[in-house]
Amino acid sequence: MGRLLAILIWLITAGTAAFFAWSKTKTGWWFPEAISEHAAAMDSQFNLTWAVVAVAFFGAQAALGYAVWKFRSKGNERATYSEGNTRIEIVLVAITGIVFIALAITGQRVWANLHLNQAPPDAVQIEATGQQFNWYFRHPGADGRFGSTSPKLYDDTDNSVGARPGPLGIDPKDPSGKDDIFGQTLVIPINRPINLTLRAKDVTHNFYAPALRLKQDAVPGLKINLHFTATKEGKYEIACAELCGQLHHQMRAYMRVVSQAEFEKWLSENAPK
Amino acid sequence: MFSRRMIAVFLLALAVVGSAACGGNKEETAAPAAAGPTWKPTGNEGNVTGTIAFAGAAPAPKKLDTSNDGACGEAFANDVLVADGKLQNVFVYVKSGLPADANFEISATEVTLDQKGCVYMPRVLGIQAGQPLKIVNSDQTNHNIHPVPKTNREWNESQLKGQAPIIKKFAKAETQIPVKCNMHSWMLAHINVVAHPFFAVSGADGSFSIKGLPPGDYELEAWHERFGAKTLKVSVAAKADAKADFSFDAAKAYNAGSLKVQPALVLP
Amino acid sequence: MSDQVQTSHAAPKGFIRKYIFSTDHKVIGIQYFFLALVAALIGMLMSLLIRLRLAWPTERWPMLETIFPEGFKDGLMQPEFYLAMVTMHGTIMVFMVLTTAPQSGFGNYFLPIQIGARDMAFPVLNALSFWLTAVSFLVLIAALFVVGGAPLGGWTFYPTLSAIPSAGPGQALGADLWIVSIALFCVASLLGALNFITTTLNMRTSGMTLMRMPLSCWGWFTTAVIALLAFPVLLAGGILLLLDRNVGTGFFIPSGLVVSGKLIEGGGGSTILWQHLFWFFGHPEVYIAILPGMGATSHILATFARKPVFGHKAMVVAMFAIGLLGFFVWGHHMFISGMNPSVAIAFSVLTLVIGVPSAIKTFNWLGTLWGARIRFTTPMLFAIGFVSLFVAGGVTGLVLGQTALDVVFHDTHFVTGHFHLIMGVAAIFGIFAATYYWFPKMFARTMNETLGKLHFVLTFVGVYAIFIPFHVLGIAGHPRRYADSSGYEFLQALDPLHVVITIAAFATAAAQVIFLVNFFWSLFKGKRAEANPWEATTLEWSTPTPVPHENFGEVLPVVHHDPYEYSVPGATKDYVMQTEPNSF
Repeated sequence: MGRLLAILIWLITAGTAAFFAWSKTKTGWWFPEAISEHAAAMDSQFNLTWAVVAVAFFGAQAALGYAVWKFRSKGNERATYSEGNTRIEIVLVAITGIVFIALAITGQRVWANLHLNQAPPDAVQIEATGQQFNWYFRHPGADGRFGSTSPKLYDDTDNSVGARPGPLGIDPKDPSGKDDIFGQTLVIPINRPINLTLRAKDVTHNFYAPALRLKQDAVPGLKINLHFTATKEGKYEIACAELCGQLHHQMRAYMRVVSQAEFEKWLSENAPK
Repeated sequence: MFSRRMIAVFLLALAVVGSAACGGNKEETAAPAAAGPTWKPTGNEGNVTGTIAFAGAAPAPKKLDTSNDGACGEAFANDVLVADGKLQNVFVYVKSGLPADANFEISATEVTLDQKGCVYMPRVLGIQAGQPLKIVNSDQTNHNIHPVPKTNREWNESQLKGQAPIIKKFAKAETQIPVKCNMHSWMLAHINVVAHPFFAVSGADGSFSIKGLPPGDYELEAWHERFGAKTLKVSVAAKADAKADFSFDAAKAYNAGSLKVQPALVLP
Repeated sequence: MSDQVQTSHAAPKGFIRKYIFSTDHKVIGIQYFFLALVAALIGMLMSLLIRLRLAWPTERWPMLETIFPEGFKDGLMQPEFYLAMVTMHGTIMVFMVLTTAPQSGFGNYFLPIQIGARDMAFPVLNALSFWLTAVSFLVLIAALFVVGGAPLGGWTFYPTLSAIPSAGPGQALGADLWIVSIALFCVASLLGALNFITTTLNMRTSGMTLMRMPLSCWGWFTTAVIALLAFPVLLAGGILLLLDRNVGTGFFIPSGLVVSGKLIEGGGGSTILWQHLFWFFGHPEVYIAILPGMGATSHILATFARKPVFGHKAMVVAMFAIGLLGFFVWGHHMFISGMNPSVAIAFSVLTLVIGVPSAIKTFNWLGTLWGARIRFTTPMLFAIGFVSLFVAGGVTGLVLGQTALDVVFHDTHFVTGHFHLIMGVAAIFGIFAATYYWFPKMFARTMNETLGKLHFVLTFVGVYAIFIPFHVLGIAGHPRRYADSSGYEFLQALDPLHVVITIAAFATAAAQVIFLVNFFWSLFKGKRAEANPWEATTLEWSTPTPVPHENFGEVLPVVHHDPYEYSVPGATKDYVMQTEPNSF
């Protein structure tokens, strides 16, 4: 049984390695294409961590398999009596401690860029609002200011271009809201920093854009800022990653990354008449 | 020792509790019966007919943003539908004047609420308490149906692509129950549950007719989701037609949204 | 402490006093064990329903419709039913299985015996704990059958989804019952924890110093300390949520919410507050589930390695370090919740620090096997499997504990894979190891070794086949708690993986039938067990089998040795019982 178990552990370990290696070569079985400025740093931090994970996993499983193979009972022979080895213990604590904490600290750079630094002042301001089970995205229009909104004004039934108050409850009397533009698709210009303000109307949602390597809860009662820069044009998917009700899995929106010219054209086409 | 008997008893107890819990959900079906006798037509009944006029310009067609679901296709806002100065989707019903204790026969005919092109068809419907409502999903997408009543039981069910119709009943009379699909947030219908069969919804030409009313004096209410409710007194003579015309004004009583306030404190 | 006078009671005579409302810790331990067994079967069946939906989301199951008419309308599994299953599977497994079996089940039975006590410190309290847990379980099951259905907010039950009844189906009475059940469970666990701590500190027999306690006792003791500090916080949170739902207090509900077109009045609360309260409990809960398994694994590894545990003191320190640090890392569940991002950095560093004591434990288990003469009994196989799975589940914590990478992996199936390996199946392997190991003592019969080994091999391969692919789903970005991924282009390619996982899950579930057959057959027909079939050293093996009322005869045992004196050079046998007088 000892040999069988050792082989089993080794086979599982090798199988796991092979499975991950194979998955990496299959389209759609590894990371989605990355299209944001910070994604490269995130992916390289993952690769570094994944290497440590692999060493720890294979090291421990190989050693476990070896011990099981080598130290199976034979006849009446006795085991080696040993109560431990403090020196090895201390060395191990030092090594794992240093590696783990180093990983934790190197990982913070990307995080700090994302969350501790503010978006540059010329960033494109967009507000994302989650509700069961839709996303709405609002641009402030030519005046650069969002009109005030009120929950009492929410009118879900009319989400046509320029609708007031519309699903976001934009106050028709507020002049800064006159030129606000909103829709269910997030349209952003390429290579420009975007400052996204997340809101939620009912329950906690999560703005999850796999291609941007971004995920952030949209919390009722809070406005949460998130900034990023998209570096490739195209149409991408946005999902909800916080359980928000029975059709949580259908809370999908699209994000279109377009050229600056196209972005301006889109803004003028969708401006309230 | 104790093991075998104890285990047997313990497992038995769990089995009993387990099977007792398997009751399942009971749907509310019966409308509460009033104290009085069942009302029967005598042959003297009359009708009320009328039209809903609309003063002001008809709103321009508004194309909804359905871009989050490709299966929806193009959809237009249908909250205010006006043709030739006549207003569609006004719910008209006998608000008072009927004997309070009368029991009206509950129609077994199904009232259909269809989801087609991610819009409710019809947008406004009337139904008797206890009458079956048949909810159909004609779309190639998943919906959820979520009525938010005040006195009836609230429910919220998914209806998936290709799923058979759902049959529901409302136990209590209650008008203006908003029905939402949370998946397609623009989808809104209003269900009006009435204890008697004397109600109608104005058609595309703005006309309505309530048939088979016993002779008497009644108060009618006409309600539109954007323009609110209006009442009118009408007398119905034996075997005669009475007229009841309503008029709504575009400039007045624009009822933005349909927010209902939930009480903050519910004390038992 | 050890010289504590223990009064002797006569064994109760009546059937009900003896087997149902018993205050004997052994009976209560077995009651907990069977409660967990029933819960585990229910939870496992729910997971199979979950897998059905994920592999074939648009398939019709008319046969299941006859069993669950509401859940399978027109044969199609409704997304609300799927989410209810996800919620109930998580709740049942975490509370009723992983918290109940290893700690309350085996702990109740063996802690007093292993430290040489006649019973727990507070036997009546002990019975009360069990019956509260049983009521809690029934209330939880009742939530499945009430109007509106079972709650669908996930086992984390985040408001405002869980706080506002209109926010979803199953968020009506079902959600209230869920909260009541969890609140009862908190009280039961709290009483249990008090009992365990008092028993460990006060009831040890003569010579049983703290460092002479078996590591299994250290596991139960550490877990009890954690439970004492963690459960009250969840209890408080649950009561606040119940008030929010029923009297409109708004602790967790901010102002100005509109749910399905209905404006929610009141408010002024914070949804993130619940997350803090929940995870302050929730993260230590992970250790509540795994620490007794660690203790049992250490205990069993030493027995069948025929060696003392490598670094006994380091194991105790590591266990307590994990328990202590476990209270400072709850924020890693909330990196992207809207919590202050600077605080997230502190939580992240502390989270990776907790990897260090975990690495010590793994290393010491390997050290225990090094130079051993391993006897490959079924409990030993499961203990070795525990080590393997603990490593496999633990290493991915290095990914998830980092703030920046959590942005990518949060709420994806990578997390599902991670926690199922480490707190799900690793803990279950601990339970299996303990079951096979202590069965002869608990039920006075032995389980069949051939069936046991078959069960191990199939389960060991099966759980890897289920949960390794989850990591790939997560890397590809697949969010968890999705009833259907067909709406997303970037998830299309993953469909075959879901089918593979589902097949592996059904096969692994089928393998558990072998365990059930072996268990129940052995219960009634198994070979009569000797007092010390494994040639082990600790006190539970020094009492006769079956264990008499009050565990030991007239005189309590006196302890002379460390717990794992195997292969001592010069000794006549390859093991020295703790009770053996000093001259051997």
